[in-house]
This record gives sequence, structure tokens and C-alpha cells, in this order.
Amino acid sequence: MPIFINGREFELKPGETVLEVALRNDIYIPHLCFHPKTGKAGKCRACIVEVEGRRGLLTSCNLVAEEGMKVVTDSKQVKDAQKIIVDLILSSGHHDCLSCEQNGNCELQDAAYYLGIERPSFDLAPAEIETDNSSEFIFVDRSKCISCGRCVEGCTRTVVNEVLNFANRGFETRISFDNELPMGESTCVQCGECVQLCPVGAIIDSRMIGRGRTWELEKVETVCPYCGVGCKLEMHVDRQKNEIIRVTGVEDSPTNEGMLCVKGRYGFDFVSSQDRITTPLIKENGKFRAADWAEVIPYVGKKLKAIKKEFGSDAIAGLTSAKVTNEENFAFQKFMRSEIGTNNVDHCARL
Amino acid sequence: MKFYRSHLLIGIDDSSLQAGVKEFETALRNELAKHNLTDEINILETGTLGYFGTGISMLVYPEQVTYVNLKLEYIPEIVSEHFLKGRIVHKYILDKLSSKYDFNYQGRIVLKNSGVIDPENIEEYIGTGGYEAWEKALLEMKPEEIVAEVKASGLRGRGGAGFPAGLKWSFTQPLAAEQKYLVINADEGEPGTFKDRLIMEGDPHKLMEGIMIASYAIGATKAYIYIRGEYKLCISRLRKAIDQAKEYGLLGKNIFESGFDLDVEIKIGAGAYVCGEETALIESMEGNRGTPRSKPPFPGVKGAWQRPTVVNNVETITNVPAIIKNGAEWFKGFGVEGCTGTKVYTIMGDVSMPGLCEVDMGTELRKIINEFGGGMKNNRKFKAALVGGAAGVFLSEKLLDVKMDFNSLNEYAAVLGSGAILVMNEEVDIVEMLWSVIRFFRHESCGKCSPCSNGNEILYKLINNIRNGEGKEKDLDLMLHIAAVMNDTSFCALGESLLLPVKSAIENFREDFLQRMK
Ligand SMILES: Cc1cc2nc3c(=O)[nH]c(=O)nc-3n(C[C@H](O)[C@H](O)[C@H](O)COP(=O)(O)O)c2cc1C
Ligand code: SF4
Ligand code: SF4
Ligand code: SF4
Ligand code: FES
Repeated sequence: MPIFINGREFELKPGETVLEVALRNDIYIPHLCFHPKTGKAGKCRACIVEVEGRRGLLTSCNLVAEEGMKVVTDSKQVKDAQKIIVDLILSSGHHDCLSCEQNGNCELQDAAYYLGIERPSFDLAPAEIETDNSSEFIFVDRSKCISCGRCVEGCTRTVVNEVLNFANRGFETRISFDNELPMGESTCVQCGECVQLCPVGAIIDSRMIGRGRTWELEKVETVCPYCGVGCKLEMHVDRQKNEIIRVTGVEDSPTNEGMLCVKGRYGFDFVSSQDRITTPLIKENGKFRAADWAEVIPYVGKKLKAIKKEFGSDAIAGLTSAKVTNEENFAFQKFMRSEIGTNNVDHCARL
Repeated sequence: MKFYRSHLLIGIDDSSLQAGVKEFETALRNELAKHNLTDEINILETGTLGYFGTGISMLVYPEQVTYVNLKLEYIPEIVSEHFLKGRIVHKYILDKLSSKYDFNYQGRIVLKNSGVIDPENIEEYIGTGGYEAWEKALLEMKPEEIVAEVKASGLRGRGGAGFPAGLKWSFTQPLAAEQKYLVINADEGEPGTFKDRLIMEGDPHKLMEGIMIASYAIGATKAYIYIRGEYKLCISRLRKAIDQAKEYGLLGKNIFESGFDLDVEIKIGAGAYVCGEETALIESMEGNRGTPRSKPPFPGVKGAWQRPTVVNNVETITNVPAIIKNGAEWFKGFGVEGCTGTKVYTIMGDVSMPGLCEVDMGTELRKIINEFGGGMKNNRKFKAALVGGAAGVFLSEKLLDVKMDFNSLNEYAAVLGSGAILVMNEEVDIVEMLWSVIRFFRHESCGKCSPCSNGNEILYKLINNIRNGEGKEKDLDLMLHIAAVMNDTSFCALGESLLLPVKSAIENFREDFLQRMK
């Protein structure tokens, strides 16, 4: 038997929650703490629904879907309660959407829009905006944090860096790096998993600030150029300026499930660096000069042959790069062994 | 054994310790020695005598009079008048009215020995028939028989929610698990509640005996007492009780050659109210941040360290030895249908005799206040009673005849809660009272879920506005609306239960709020 959501029938998969069935079928239920990767947390309470025959409002993120269950996501009772919950969350911080980097990409904004909340109704926001820019690549604005716990869960359980946690209690609850250190002084490795998971603009990439809103940037899916793991990522590109603004991990990639390391996520400035070598170089009289491939390849071949002849194959060693593909690495070691005739071949990832 | 002509019971509890009871006792001994009375008059330390705010108190047998608010300088007079010449010094004894109150706990269950025996001496407990139930349970009964007996007794949890204890045990008892745990909830965080403290101070062995029986019944070989750190005297008395029980072979390995092992350990809490909630308590016990877990799975199936764990309140477990010893039918002779046994209340506020009492379930609130609380202090008019602690309900005069048990209170959308009764006279402003309740909740919200942490914050702002004369009538509706959403959507009962005081205060005492808006 199927499950009924707002009168429509849906198949359910074993173990799925009501929220998961709904989202899979494009029925929106506001949810601010649930994330497929970090799972249910039951913290935001925005995902409430009504179920026929069950008393009160139930959080759909931890409600296992059952056959024949009749769920209502949009009754007046549900929406009235959601409205208070989300309004309180919205009121609890400085959610200045106009200037926020997450504008258009914010799950709190989505929930508020769905519920028709125009502006925060309650006088709850702290008097001062508390930011932390001590970290090189990550900017923290605690006055936007909604204590959803995704970053904490991600840092401690997904990437297992165990830097983030909650400090204090109640309304004063705040995220804390190690024991309330500035982020830049903590043991954070800037993997950016917390940035990836934050539903609002509380933890963001510092270098994207003011460089384009989400809908202005073109998203290009690609594979990380750094190492052989091959994490799938998305480049957020400003086409006009031909610049990469930010990089995010692709959540449904089986390789990395949205996780990236500090290089993959933040080490992209080399792409447009002025110092980047764009042609082969030949050193003459202690100085490099630009050359082209047609000149360089025969030149290198000639030199290698000469060395091999004079000193033997083992006088030559090859070091290749993690930034190239497996196939290229394979071809290179083949070349070293069969053409040069040496086993002196290694790879930078061993370092 | 020596025979004494008189026994003086001196109540040692946290408040008398603060009043300098130890010093008093030494001075009294010296004074008695001076008059060569040491062999005639015996001084016994005992748990609380049941009064509150009466400083150092002393109960004298056989006359059964109680001296209260004792000071060092009264000693010579009391010794020479009373103990030498046999004339009671009336000006220091409990209010003359007191003869009309029933301070006699002899017929009671939980507090039977409190104020009577020396709580630090296991032999005195054994002398009252203590540990007989443990022997009976372990040697003559099967675990499932114990569970059935407790179920039949109708004993309900005294920690607030009133869940039937036997039923709770029956979920855990049949589970085959490598390890099960019993956890005693001695966190007692509800403001104005100190019944568990007085039970543990007054008769720690009775709790120990209950722990032994309950552990055996559910198959737990390890029990923890999770106790708040402020309860220093309880902790030291429980430690002594555990040591003595071990010494007497009542705890440890292969108890009474039965093959059953039991170890009891004390875990000290850090004073967060939410850690009294059973799943937060377990988190805290495991060394994590004290926030509740989602249920199911219930602790009875997956609790501490993911093992089946029964969590029970101190008072609940302290009832168990008497049930096993005397049987379920006997226990059902106390209280009312559906709510059997007695209940320990702490009565505070504007009554003549703040303190505690143990009365049958179903006793009317009016009777508790008038007879056991000594009535209104200075004959002021009754205005309200906050029943059930901060998470309780403000009852007005109209509801004074309500019967105090889980079911009857439910009918008035009220709760028995922890058994705290705070009585207020006509001078008390309910706005102030609600303000302090909300301030408490705001402080104790753990921050795990948004409706509770944000809701408490805004309620606190709104009540502050009202208090400062800046409130509007529509703020009252807003407060009710927010508290109702918190009730419907909070993660745990802490956020849910604020609705009770908010709603009852605003609905029953609306005038007090409107007064601030003029
Ligand atoms: C916020 C909160 C605080 C609580 N504090 C206590 C407490 O201090 N002592 C207690 O025994 N139960 C407390 N409880 C109830 C416990 O969760 C649990 O129901 C109880 O310990 C079970 O024991 P019982 O069945 O013997 O009553 C609290 C519950 C909540 C929601
Ligand atoms: S960047 Fe990575 S390590 Fe640093 S706090 Fe975020 S998740 Fe933890
Ligand atoms: S920083 Fe973001 S992800 Fe972390 S708790 Fe706050 S809102 Fe959630
Ligand atoms: S209701 Fe929520 S915030 Fe409040 S104490 Fe319970 S879990 Fe914590
Ligand atoms: S998504 Fe369910 S409580 Fe946050």
C-alpha cells in the first residue's frame, strides 16, 4: 500500500521518513536542520505535519513512513505553527537578505517565502552582529546562525575533524570552534564542509563576498584537478569576468559526497594567476625563454636519449603529478619503463 | 545495651547544617555532660524532621515535642528546665497550633523512618525491618513476579509524568541483553522541590533497598544514582549506605549466594534542569552535552550506552521495598483508584509551616495546605497555589478542593508534577510569579530545538514589557499563542510544559496582568 500525502498517493521505500518521501516527490515541507548527509536532528521543528489518527503535530524528518499513512503537510494548524517557528528563527538573528551572500540560496528564505512571512515579527535579534574573519577562507556571522547543527554534525561525523561544537544553552547557544577559539586559531583545516552544509549565510566562503549572487553565477560541474581521488565539484563562475568565484562539492557524487579538501575547495586562484606558466620554457644561459611544444618535444627527446646513452637508463627518473588523470599517469610510467628503461618513476602524492 | 530515659532526635539536613547544627550538637552534649545526663539522655542524628525554614530542630521522645529555630544560647535553659526538671520550654517549641497537625509519619511509606532513625547507620534501618524485602525478593521471588507485584500495586512514577512503574519495568525485564542498567533520577531540578533530597538524607538505605529490588527485577547488574552536585549531604550519606550495604553482603557479587551481582555507583550532575529529563540525563551520564534524545527508541530498550535502561525517580523506587514486603493489596490501601499509595509534597510560600509531608494520593489541596502546611501564614487570604513546580499550574481559590493525584489534576488541565506546592497570599502579584517562572525556563532551555530556545526568549521579553508597564493586552494573546506552539512542537517536555504556567496564570489571574497595563 502506498502512503498518502495531501491526498496524493506515493510509493515508499523501506526505512524512508515522511520528509524523504515528500521531498523525493517534490512536495516541499520546510526543513532547516535535516540534510541527507547529516540526517535527522529534530532541532528546527519546522518540518511538522499532521497524520490521521495520531495526536498533535509530528516532525516529518524523524517520522518513519508507513503504508497507508495519511499525511497532511499544509493544513491551517500545521502552517500556523510553522509560521511561528520560522518567524521566530528569522527574528532571532540579522537575516538581512539584501546583502546576504546566500540570498537566493538560503533554506530559511525558502521556508519564509513558502509560509508568506514578509519580515521578522519579533524583537529578538541580538544588538550586535558578531562576525569572525580570522580564518583565511571562511567567514562566520553568528548573528545569522540558526543553531541547526548541520555544521557541527558535518565537522564531527562526516569529515571527522571534530572542531565544531555548540557552546552555551538556550537562546545563547552558539557554534564554537574547539573551545570557543576564533576559527582561524582553532584546529580547523578549512575543508569547508561546514560551509557546504550551512542552510543560511552563517558560515560562508569569505572570498565570494560581494562578487556575485548565486543566480548570476554559472555552475560548471567538473572533477577536482588536484589529486587522484577525483572529487566531483561545481565551479561557480562569473562568465563576464571569466573568474571562478567559489567551488562547492557535489552532494550526490559517490566519490566525495559533497566533501572537499582545502585545496579542492579553496585552491583555485592559480587558474587566473599572472604567474601561471602558459607555454613550455627552455633554460638557456641560466634564463628561461618561452618555447612551443613543437620545439620542446624533440628537444627533450634528444636530451633524454643522450643521457641514457652516456649514463644508462637509471640515470633518469620520472616524477609525475596527481593533478593529471590516471590514464596519463599510466602512460607516463609505461613510457619510463619501456622507452627509458628504468623503474625510477614516482608521483607527487607520495610526498 | 543502654536504656535512656529520653531520646533527642536532631534533624541533620542541608538547611540545619547551614544553621550550625553541628556546633549546636556539641554544645548540647557538653551541657548534658555538665549535668551528668549523658547516660540518661541519648542524642541521635537523623534526617530532616519535616519542617522547612525552621533552622535547627530537635524532636524529644517520649514527650514528642519539637523544638525549632534553636540557638546556642537556649541550651542551658532547655537542659536545666526540660531534661533536668522535666518541664517543656514552651516558648521554643513548634507553634502551639502544631498539636493539631499530623506530623506523625509512622503510618507512611516513604518517610516512615525519616527523622526517626540514624540514616548513617545500617543497623538502625535493619532494626526497622529494613532489607527484609530485598531478601524476600532475591530468594523467594522471580524477577517477573516482582514486576507483576509492582504492576499490581499501581505504583506510578513520582518524577512528574506518573508513568506506571511496573509497566515500565515490564518492557525491559524480558529483554535479553548483555548489560542492563537501572538509573535513579535524583536530579531534582524542579524549583521548590526537595522531596527527593529529604528522602535520601533521611533514609538512604530505603532507597538502596528499592534499587536492589528494582535492579534484580529488570535484570540490571549495575545501577547508577544520578544526583545533583549541590546535594552534598545526600551524596555522602548514599556513599556511606553503599559501603555499609557492601559490608553486609547486600551488594556486590553473588548476593546471598543467589548468583546475582549488583554494583551501585553515584554520578554527579552539573545542575542543568533538562538533565532531569531521562534521555538528557543519559546523555549527560555518558559524558555528552546534556540534551534530550529523540524517542523512540525509549531508554527501556536503548538507553545508557545503548543498553536497556530503566530510569526511575527516587521517590518511586523508595516505595518498592514496602510493596514487596507487604504486597500490592496493602499498597492499594493508600491513595485512590488509579493512583495508589502516598505522595510526598513540599509546601512552600505563604504558609505557617513550610516543609514536607507524605499523604495519601488524592488528598485535597485545601487539606494539604491547611493541615500539613499549617494554613496561611498570619491568616492572610489565599490567592493562588503553583502546583507541580515551575512546570506546574497556578490554581486559584476555586480549585482548592481539587484532589491531588495524577488523574484528578488532569481533569483541570493541571499536573501533580514533582509535588511542589507554592502557596501565595493576596499580596503576591502573579505577573511577578510568571516572570520568574519564564526566567527560569529561559535559563534552562537547552537550546537543542528552536521553538523552546526562541520561544522562551520572546516570552521573557514580553513578560518583561508587561512587568515594566509597557505591555498591551494583545501581548497576552501572543504569549498564549507562542506557548501553545511551543507545547505542540518542542523537542522535549521542557519546552512543552511552559504552556501550563503561562496559560493558567493568564487565564486564572488576568486581572493582575491588566493591572500593569493601566
Ligand atoms: C525538563 C524535565 C525535567 C525533569 N526533571 C526530573 C527530575 O528532576 N527528577 C525526576 O525524577 N524526573 C524528572 N523528569 C522526568 C523524567 O524524564 C522521567 O520521566 C522520570 O525520571 C521517570 O521516573 P518515574 O517514572 O519514576 O517518575 C524531568 C522531565 C523533564 C522533561
Ligand atoms: S572547515 Fe572543516 S574542519 Fe573547519 S570547522 Fe568547518 S567542517 Fe570543521
Ligand atoms: S552555522 Fe549554519 S550550519 Fe552551523 S548551526 Fe549555524 S546555521 Fe546551522
Ligand atoms: S524543548 Fe528543546 S530546547 Fe527546550 S529543553 Fe527540550 S530539547 Fe532543549
Ligand atoms: S527538519 Fe525536522 S526538525 Fe528540522
